[in-house]
Formats: sequence, C-alpha cells, structure tokens
Amino acid sequence: MKYLVILALFTCIGNSFAQQTPASKQTEAVTIVGATAHLGNGEVIENSLIIFEDGKITQVMDATATKMQYRGRIIEAEGKHVYPGFIAPNATLGLVEIDAVRATDDEDEIGSMLPHIRSLIAYNAESKIVESMRPNGVLMGQIVPRGGRISGTSSIVQFDAWNWEDAVIKEDDGLHINWPSSFTRGRWWAGEDPGIKVSDDYQDEILKLEEFFASAKAYLKGSKEKTNLAYDAMQNVFTGDKRVYVHVDGKKEILDVIEFKKDQKLEHLVIVGGYEAHKTIQDLKENNIPVLVQRPHDTPNSEDHDYDFPYKLAGILHNQGVLVALESSGSMERMNTRNLPFYAGTAGAYGLGKEEALKLITSNTAKILGIDNMLGTLEKGKTATLFISEGDALDMRGNILTHAFIQGRQVSLDTHQTELYERYMKKYDSASK
Amino acid sequence: MKLRLLLCLVFLVNLQSKAQEYFPKNDGVKNPQTNHTVFKNAKIHVSPQEIIESGSFVVKDGKISTIGKSVNEPANSIVIDLQGKEVYPSFIDLYSSFGIKEPKEVEGGNGQPQYEASREGYYWNDHIRPETEAVAAFNYDEKAATSLHKAGFSVVNTHVPDGIIRGTGMLVALNPDGTEGDRILKDRSAQYLSLDKSKLSRQSYPTSTMGAMALIRQTYLDAEWYGKGKSENKDLALEALNRNKNLTQIFATDNLLDALRAGKLGNEFSVDYVILGDGKEYQRLQEIKEIGSTFIVPLNFPDAYDVEDPFMAEHVTLEEMKTWNQAPANLKMLAENNIPFTITTHDLDVEKDFRNNLLKAVKYGLSKEDALAALTTTPAKILGEENRLGTLKEGAWANFIITSGDYFDKETSVYENWIQGKKAVITEMKTTDITGTYTLKVDGKDYELKITGKPEAPKASVKSGDTKLGAKLSFSNNWMNLLLSSADTTKTGFTRLVAKTDENTEDISGTAYLSDGSETSFSAVKNSSAEITETTEEEEENGEKDDDKEEEIREIMPVSFPNKAYGFSEMPKEETILFQNATVWTNEEEGIIENTDVLVKDGKISRIGENLKAGNARVIDATGKHLTSGIIDEHSHIAASAINEAGHNSTAEVSMEDVVDPTDMNIYRNLAGGVTTVQLLHGSANPIGGRSAILRLKWGENAEDLIFENSPKFIKFALGENVKQSNWGSRSRFPQTRMGVEQVFTDYFTRAREYEEARKNDKDFRKDLEMETLVEILNSERFVSAHSYIQSEINMLMKVAESFDFRINTFTHILEGYKVADKMKEHGAGGSTFSDWWAYKYEVNDAIPFNAPIMHSQGIVTAINSDDAEMSRRLNQEAAKSVKYGGVSEEDAWKFVTLNPAKLLHIDDRVGSIKTGKDADLVLWSDNPLSIYAKAEKTLIQGKVFFDIEKDKKLREEIQQQRSALITQMLQAKNKGLRTQPVTKKEEQNIHCNLLEEIH
Repeated sequence: MKYLVILALFTCIGNSFAQQTPASKQTEAVTIVGATAHLGNGEVIENSLIIFEDGKITQVMDATATKMQYRGRIIEAEGKHVYPGFIAPNATLGLVEIDAVRATDDEDEIGSMLPHIRSLIAYNAESKIVESMRPNGVLMGQIVPRGGRISGTSSIVQFDAWNWEDAVIKEDDGLHINWPSSFTRGRWWAGEDPGIKVSDDYQDEILKLEEFFASAKAYLKGSKEKTNLAYDAMQNVFTGDKRVYVHVDGKKEILDVIEFKKDQKLEHLVIVGGYEAHKTIQDLKENNIPVLVQRPHDTPNSEDHDYDFPYKLAGILHNQGVLVALESSGSMERMNTRNLPFYAGTAGAYGLGKEEALKLITSNTAKILGIDNMLGTLEKGKTATLFISEGDALDMRGNILTHAFIQGRQVSLDTHQTELYERYMKKYDSASK
Repeated sequence: MKLRLLLCLVFLVNLQSKAQEYFPKNDGVKNPQTNHTVFKNAKIHVSPQEIIESGSFVVKDGKISTIGKSVNEPANSIVIDLQGKEVYPSFIDLYSSFGIKEPKEVEGGNGQPQYEASREGYYWNDHIRPETEAVAAFNYDEKAATSLHKAGFSVVNTHVPDGIIRGTGMLVALNPDGTEGDRILKDRSAQYLSLDKSKLSRQSYPTSTMGAMALIRQTYLDAEWYGKGKSENKDLALEALNRNKNLTQIFATDNLLDALRAGKLGNEFSVDYVILGDGKEYQRLQEIKEIGSTFIVPLNFPDAYDVEDPFMAEHVTLEEMKTWNQAPANLKMLAENNIPFTITTHDLDVEKDFRNNLLKAVKYGLSKEDALAALTTTPAKILGEENRLGTLKEGAWANFIITSGDYFDKETSVYENWIQGKKAVITEMKTTDITGTYTLKVDGKDYELKITGKPEAPKASVKSGDTKLGAKLSFSNNWMNLLLSSADTTKTGFTRLVAKTDENTEDISGTAYLSDGSETSFSAVKNSSAEITETTEEEEENGEKDDDKEEEIREIMPVSFPNKAYGFSEMPKEETILFQNATVWTNEEEGIIENTDVLVKDGKISRIGENLKAGNARVIDATGKHLTSGIIDEHSHIAASAINEAGHNSTAEVSMEDVVDPTDMNIYRNLAGGVTTVQLLHGSANPIGGRSAILRLKWGENAEDLIFENSPKFIKFALGENVKQSNWGSRSRFPQTRMGVEQVFTDYFTRAREYEEARKNDKDFRKDLEMETLVEILNSERFVSAHSYIQSEINMLMKVAESFDFRINTFTHILEGYKVADKMKEHGAGGSTFSDWWAYKYEVNDAIPFNAPIMHSQGIVTAINSDDAEMSRRLNQEAAKSVKYGGVSEEDAWKFVTLNPAKLLHIDDRVGSIKTGKDADLVLWSDNPLSIYAKAEKTLIQGKVFFDIEKDKKLREEIQQQRSALITQMLQAKNKGLRTQPVTKKEEQNIHCNLLEEIH
C-alpha cells in the first residue's frame, strides 16, 4: 500500500515535469533588423543589423550605414531591443526543484574538502525553474554546489538542453571555497550565548585549507601510488584551468583571501559575495581580483549601514575600476535568479547607468567566468546567444521577450507557468462567452 | 486606607506590650537581653531629606527606641561613639530572589511539544502560578547576604522568579544573627508577574509575548468569574490569585518595550504595577511617565565594547554604543522627569558593581537625595512599611549603615551594616590610617616606605635609594605584616616586618625577621601623608583595575527616536507643502495627470490642480518627478517583537497590536521604499492565528502611535503546509492534514455560535477572549486575511465561511487564486499575492507570476504584498512585474500596491489615492514609480515628512560622527583599564511566511 502511494506520487510528479522541448540546431541564418542593439560592452547601436549563422554571430552593425544583404529569416525589430543572453553566475539552478522537499535537493554534499564533487552531473536540464529563466533573458548560468569548506566544482551551462551533456558550455570551470568566518555562533546547547561572536578557529580553518592545497600539490607532483579523488580534482586549479571562486564578505577575510591568492600563486581568483569589498578596492585592483557582487535586492547587514548599500555596492566597485558582475545567491535564490536583469537595473539606478549596469550580467560576467571569447557581448564571431525584448530588459516593464536564441537556436519562451496562465485564461474566457 | 489603619494599630500595640519569650531552652539557662545600645555623635541621615549633623540614637530589641540631637542614655547601655562618622538607613531591594533556589528547567517530551497543563486542580495553564509562595522555598543564604550587607542592604523583597504569574514574595531582613522568625518581616509581601514562562512546565502556550499578554488578560477575567462561584471545578491557582489581589503587584520585564506593555496591561485592568525595568527607561521617558507606575531600576550599566580591533568595531551598532554611553544617566533623567523609581541589585554583581555604579549614576547627575530615597523611603512606602523601614525614626527597625563619611564619596568606607540591631562588619571601624611616607629603618639600613590606598586596604612600596624592593603589605585588625624582598640579583632574600599599629602615634615600630632567620626591631617614622589618588606602580603591576580606576565623565549623547542609527533627534512636524508641476498618479478617475500641483495642509491633501497658490507652504519643485499615494503592504512582519503564537491551534485571543516594535530598522528602510502603511500580520503557525495590527510607519513614534487610528479589525487565518506542520518535526498537534484544517474552523465557529447564544442570557458569563474574537468574525465585525496556497483549501475556507454566513475578506499569498478566481469573485474575497515567488515548497509548485493579472482580470480586488522586509521596500518593482507578466496597465498595476490593499484593509476612505480630503500619505519619486530606476525621494505620512533622501544623507554623516566619537570614548575607557566586553555581531533576520524554520 505504502509503495502504491509512493508510486502514485512519483507518477504524479513525473507528469507535471513537462519541460519545453529544446530547439534543434540552427540551420537557417537569422537577420534581426532595426532593433536597438545593446552590445553588452557599453556600446549601443540604435538601428542595428544583426546576423547569425550556424550558431555564431556574423554581423553586428548600424543598419543605416550598410547595404548588406539580409540573410535567411528576417526579423523586423524596430522599436525593440536586442541583448546578449544574460549569464547567472554562482547559481544553483537545476540542483534543487522544491526547497522544502528534501528529495528534490541536490545542492549540498556532506564533507568539508570536496573539489571532486561536480555540479554538472546533477544539473537537471528539465527543471521547471530553469525554463522559467528564459522568458526573462537569463539564458546561461554557472551551476555551483553549496556547503563545505571547498564545496566542489562548478560548470557553466546554457538553459535549453535535453540533458547536462548538451547543456554544458564549460565543464568543471571553477572551484568554490567558502572562506572561514572570523565570527562564529555560540553553541546554545553548551550553555553559550547563541549570538555571533569572534571565532577562535578562524586561523585554524585557514590553515586547514592551506594544508589541503599543499597536500594536493605534493600528491600531484608524486607518483600517485594510490588515487586520491579530492587531490586529483585540484590538478586544474594548479594549472590555472579551473578558476577559484572564494565566497567571502568581510574586509579582514578578503584581505586574507588576497594573501592566499599570492601564496598559492593562483592566476584567476574571484571574490563571491564581497559585502565589504568596497573597503579593499586598491588591493583587489593590484591583485587583479574581480568580484561577483551579491544580489542588490537584499537588506544591509547592519542597521547602521545605508539603506541603499546593497543597491550601490556593485556601482562603487565598478566605478573605481574593479571588474564586477552580479550573482543571485541567497534566500529563495533559484526562482529569484530570473530577476537577475532587475538586479542589474537596480545597480544601474544606483550609480552605474543602464549600459554599464548591463555589463554586470553580460560581458563582465563572461570575463570573470573565462568565457568572454565566445559569450557576453553581441560581437562578430561570438556565440549567437541573445534575445529580443519589447523594451528595456533591465526594467520590469520593458523586459518582455519576443525571441530568444541560444547558440542560434530559437528557444521556447513558454514555461510550465505560461501554460497554466493560458489554460486558466482560456477557462475564464470561454465561461464569459 | 484600611491597611494603613491596621498598621498603625499594630504599631501602637507594639509600643505598649512587652514581647513575651515562649521558646523552650535546653542548652543552658535563659539569657534575656534588656540592654540598650547607644550610638552617639554621628551625622545621622534620618531620611533622604532630614539630617541630624551630630546626633544620637538608642537601639533596643532590634528597633530604634529614641533618636535625636541628644538622647537619654539608660544605665544599662552599651555606648558606641561615632564621632566623625555618618549613619544612613540601610537599603531595601524590591526585586530579589535572595534565598530562593533557581527553578530548574524540566526536560522530556522527546522533542514533541506539550499542549496540555501538567498539573490538576490548578489553572489550565502551568505558567500561571499565583499559589507559589516564596516562604515555602526560602532558605537564608549567608553568602549572598554577606554580599548584600557589603552593598548596604538590610531588607529584600524576595520571590520565586518563575512563571508568568509567579505568586507571592516575602519581605526578609538580612539579620546576620537572627532566626527566620526574626528575619521574615512579611510572608506575603507582594505578587510578582512577568511575560516569561515557567521553567517547571513544558506546556507550549504561550510561545510569544502577545500570548503571555493574552494569557494574563484571560486569567484576570477568569479569576473574577471564579470569584463569583461560577466554576464547577476547583482551581487553586485562581483562588490564590484572588487572595493576592490586594498585594503590591510587581511586574518584571527585561526590555523597554515589555515594560511599556506591562504598563498597558496594568492600565487596562486598573492594576498599578510596580515595574521592573531594564535600565533603558530614559529612551522613552514620555511613555514611561504616562504609565504612572513606579519603576524598579537596575544599575546594570553595560561595559564599553572592546573596539581596539577596527574590524570588530564595525560590528558594534550605534545603538549599542549609545546605550553604553547613556545608561549611567538613566536615573538622573528619570528623576528629572519626576518618574518614581527604586533601585535594585537585580542583574548585576552586587559586591563588585552596586556601589560603583550607584556612585556613577550620581556622577552623571542623580542627586544623592534621590538616590537615597530610591533605596530607602520609596521601596518602604511601596511595601506599606514606611514606618518600620527606610528611615531612622523611633519604632523603626534598627537597620542602618555606618560610614566614614559621605556614602557617595568614593573614598568613604562602609564600616558596619546593622540589621534589626545586629551588626555585620564590613570593614574594621577602628582601623588606624597608616597611609603616608615613612623612613623605614631595618637592620641598620634606611629605606623609603610609601603606604597608599584606602586605610583598610593599604598598599606599600619600598625603595632603597633608587632601587625598588619587592613589598607586600597586609593589614588587618591593626596588625601590619610587610614582606620585603631584597633587590639582590643573585638570590632573593626576604625580610618580614610585623607590627601592631597604635592610634596614638603616627610612627610604626615592631619586629623584623631577617632572611638569615634572626630577629631584630625596626621602626618607621612618618614624614608626610600620601596623596591618595595617585596610583602606585605596584597597583598597575598587579593588574588591579576597575574598582580604583577613575573614569572621566563622558559626554552623554542625546537620545534620538528611536535611539539608534537614523533615529530622529526631533520628530517630523506637520507641514504645509506644495508639490509643483508633478506627474500625479491619482488612483482616481483623473488617472495619471501631468504638470499638476498638490497642496498638503493639516495632514491632508488639501488641493489638486494647476498653478495652485503657495501661500505660506513650503514649495517643492516636482518637475520631472512623480507623486503617488504611499505604498500599502497588506502582508508584513516588520516592526514586530513576535510573529507567532504557536502554542494552540487557535489563538484568536492574541493581538499583534501588543507586540509592535517601533524601533525596527525596517520601518525606516520601508519608508525609503515609499511604504507608508502595513498590515502587521500574525504568523501562519496555526489555522486561526492572531489579530492584526495596521500600522502607519511613523518612524520614531511609540508603538501605540504607530497603530492606524480606528483600525478596522483583522485576524490572520492560515491553511496548508504550515498549519499542518508538514515541514518540521511536530506530529502531535491537530490538524496534520487539510482535512483536519477544515474541522478546526468548523469546530471553533460552532463553539463561537454557542458562546454567543449563551452570553445573551447570563450576565455572569465567563468572558472568553478567543471566543469574543470569533464572534466578531461571525458578525462580520472583524475581517479575515487568510494565508492560503492551493485551490482546494481556498475553496474549502470559502465554503466554511459561507456555511457560517460570513465572508473571507482577503486571501493572502493565494498563489493558486488564479485557479479559483471565479469562485473568489462570487464569494466576494480579495486577493493579496506575491508577484513572482514560487517553488519554495510543494504547495507553491503551481504558483505563477500571472496570478495577480488573472485575478485582476476576473474582477477581484487584487494586491501585491511582500511578507518580507527586503521585498517590501521595493513593492513598486513588484507591482511593475504585473506589467511584464500579464500585461496589466501601469495605472492598474500601481493600484496593486496602493489603492487595492487600502480597499482590502477597509482604509481606502483615508488612504490609497490622491484625492482632496484624504490623508497626505504621499511619495515623491524620481521617476515613473513602476520603473526599476525610480527612487523614493520623500515619503510623507499625514503631512509629515518621515523620509527625505536629502535628510538621509545628513543622518548618514551624523551616524559616522557619532560612531567615531563613541569609539574614541570606548578606547579611552579601555585605556583607563575599565572593564570591556567583547564585540558580538548582530544578525539581520528577515521574517516571512515561507522560511521553514520560522513558520511565518
């Protein structure tokens, strides 16, 4: 009987996972004419001509200044706006479907040093949450495991795929470290004040991390007599092929991370979160460290802080020369990742302006993730992952997509949610007739 | 009056009759004491106001028999000459748990909550314990008594500090030599209350402050009803409560908001509580004064934070720094405002801190007279003991301290504390003052000996020429021991000096025991008296801090409202303002009109039109800007000290109005997002939740003034996963399924109908606060806002309501409202939903961002709410999402967060649109308010500017200035060697319905 219930439940869930069918490979060239093209690098072409073929952009130019032959399918887009596909770094999309249902949760493995844990193979390309990104222009993401000191290895995927192998843009792109905190919570069960106090273990925890790096390095230099999966997964970190993302907020901690970068001779290290990064701007610049700033739609960490501090942090860093992009982790992060464009819009309102703000979810993100050779801007030779919006895509009122392309393939903008919308509107419409 | 008369009679009887001894004695012959003790030539502080410069008094049988400038010395007198000394009445502490063992927390339950009471024959709630008697739990605690003696206390009012209604305390004299028979002055001296549950029971209810308040109210009502003999069962607790009714009622609180809440409860039931505060009363003097209660105030001044590490210093909030800075001036401010208070040793280390902190309070402006009164006459009066305690008059207990001088002078020694005519020695009164500089001759060598410090605890340093010797001095009962260690580097030699000092000569002579074992005599000839304030090097070496370190009087920061970052030093005033040339979103027939002026006057929207005359109005150029009515959040949990009363599955008796927290920073942040009104809802832990509070976000005002005037009555209901406790451990509370949820409602409303019927015919009917609330719902006098997700439960609740002939006013969250929009429309319910939240639990799997547009399209009054302190400050953006999802017009989308929630809350006659005569709750935006680029520049409530983006800049600068000034003060304190406390970090916690761990 119990099994029957489980089976029934399973079937029920199974049925409701009706994902949109991924689009097939681009076979015909597409020309978009007349739209305002926001290139993602700060430039705007008012009346643009964009052509892409075989998944690659072949032309981006001013339509008024050329007599170039349009190619293939022509999309008249006067009054509309074209953007490079938005990229959500440090996301957990496809790793959890419903927060409260533990059975659907695959984001946090047990253990502490887990470089060998790979998000990619758990990434659910058919997630209903993933498909809900597309209508907002969020077309790619970096899928990151959570938890542990080293939480694991991320991969970068695009959001229209049959499976994770199809989805992958860059496999095992980054190693994610949760930097120790100089604060700890009192153990109430041991009779301590449950408040947050200075941690005695901070240095110890850093030491453990350093030791892990040293041991991995030593192992990799040796004969590897016995395989150590965790150490093996560090190989690409030391070669520089796997970037290191350090999730850290405090000034002291950030300064310690910078030391760590130097000690470990890490070429690409990225600060994730970075609540107090604005206090270390000079050090970040000198050491060539970019920041994935936490989502602006958050409250300040202290009541003394400016009410708009989270809104303006990215702007402060960007305006002083730090390479910055926006990430969306935090409470209810998966469903809210579709609001990434509005996070950028907010940063735009608080110190950046629209085109600079756009960089924070396109070109800058691509640079930080190391995929800027193929993505992040509307430029000749880059992958044709882009979309057309009725208006300003960083504003809720304008972010209304008419077309979206991933690798030149026109992807569905329907979702589980639009289907329900249509179904019920139809019900009411027929009742009123 | 009666009580006074009775006391008077007792007093008279005492004078006339001799006490008769009736205890048998088997260890010897009887030892009657008829001697008198005469204290003479003292400066006597008879009371805080009355001093006899040189007077005497006679003590007999523990009481003062005569007192005056001169008294007759009976022949059988022991005479104590107090020439040069002072006598004060010793102190009384109204709030104490002296001699009571701390109740231990009961364990058990295997993680499952307990819903029923553990006891039988008592009240239905274990946390109501009025039958508890301190006498039964009391054991004289000698160690604690010694500490209290040192601090100057002779009498404490002690009780069992456990539970909400805690039972009776007892008045105890700390007589060091007596028996309990002597010490117990009153066995039922007061009744104690608090908002904290008993440790002796695991019964869940109440889990919150508002639950505790509701419980106290219900208990009072029940006791009155029980007193009429209407109960069929025996209730020992209610009987005790009725017995305790005429005692002094002492209400213990541990924070300022709770103290004000206690005051509110007292006023409701006309009980004049004496309220134990937390030392921060100065932050709300006006409200404290209005309560009219006497406050029992602790001297628990916080230590400075250790801010040496600048990283750590970042985590101390301005509020904490200010509290540290201001706390010592609390008593001064209470006195200045004529708020009656007593002082307690509660919440501090009596021996270490009591006198230091009292002196500190005096240093910060508390008059000595007020300080003395708060420790003597005021507590005595509250206990009705003003003739026996707190003053030195004939017939009063001989409870007094003898000091070397002014008690409030730091250098003054307290010699003895006499209680009921028995002496506790604090420091030897006959101590010779040996401080000074001496020439010490030992074994043919000359040394310089310097003795400093208090006479009873002197310290020594010894030099031979420029070489310093080790010197350790001990001095008691006028015997001096001085240990010298030689400066010889090869080996340490010790010389011990012993001498009995003689008060007739300043020089000291005695025996020296040399390092070779031989004895010889030594002498020390006094050269001069030492400067006492100078700290010797030895003190520093020994690390003797705190007590002797003199702290400079620091500049006290002005109190702001609230007393933290962004608090106002002066509250915003009602202004006449003319907004010129704005784009005005009227939410009325006029729609969105450009180039329009709006005049604000007397807190109302006075005129709308073109080219309005300014008159004396402040003109604000709104060219290129947008003016709207303030945002209204139908579902909020900001500005609350508690969210859920989770102890019962129905808690209609609790009210969020009881737990408004006007100091929540989210109020200010919401204003900065253009929010002017919120409905503070109870959480979703139970099907029938608590009553709502509708608040205007008037930052800086007090809790009561935040409540919307003549608020329509609301209550929170909840359905689904939270109320059936699906996502956490509890398995024992009904309901566990949606099927059960329906039955909870049907059951309670059935009971409410019966209650209403029965109430009509019985004037002595037991008033039940929960049922009263449910009856209001049945009669459509209170509106329901129901937390709901899936279509089946939405449908169910409408059917239940219809079967009881009322309507659900609002479904809140209502994420599947789009599936039953037609049914909701027919029922007449409104919907207040999230713009785009989903997938956080199973019941929101079909939640879609098109929900609001669909409901709107079907004619339902639709609002978008936050349920979240972060989102609430961006509700304009959330409204704009309805333009994206579902293509709602901008004008209609804007109403989702203004006019429509006003309608749902039945306050649209006053707020929600820009219309002449409505309240001037307005927001000036830098851009189209639905734009992501829009910023609220000014937010007005009733014509007062509560947020101004320019003023905000000034406040930020002020915060930085104050922080740096206070950090400097704290560093100075640390440098002086004063005690510091480590920095702890505060967590910003956003409360909303959907975080599993919070059940909101």
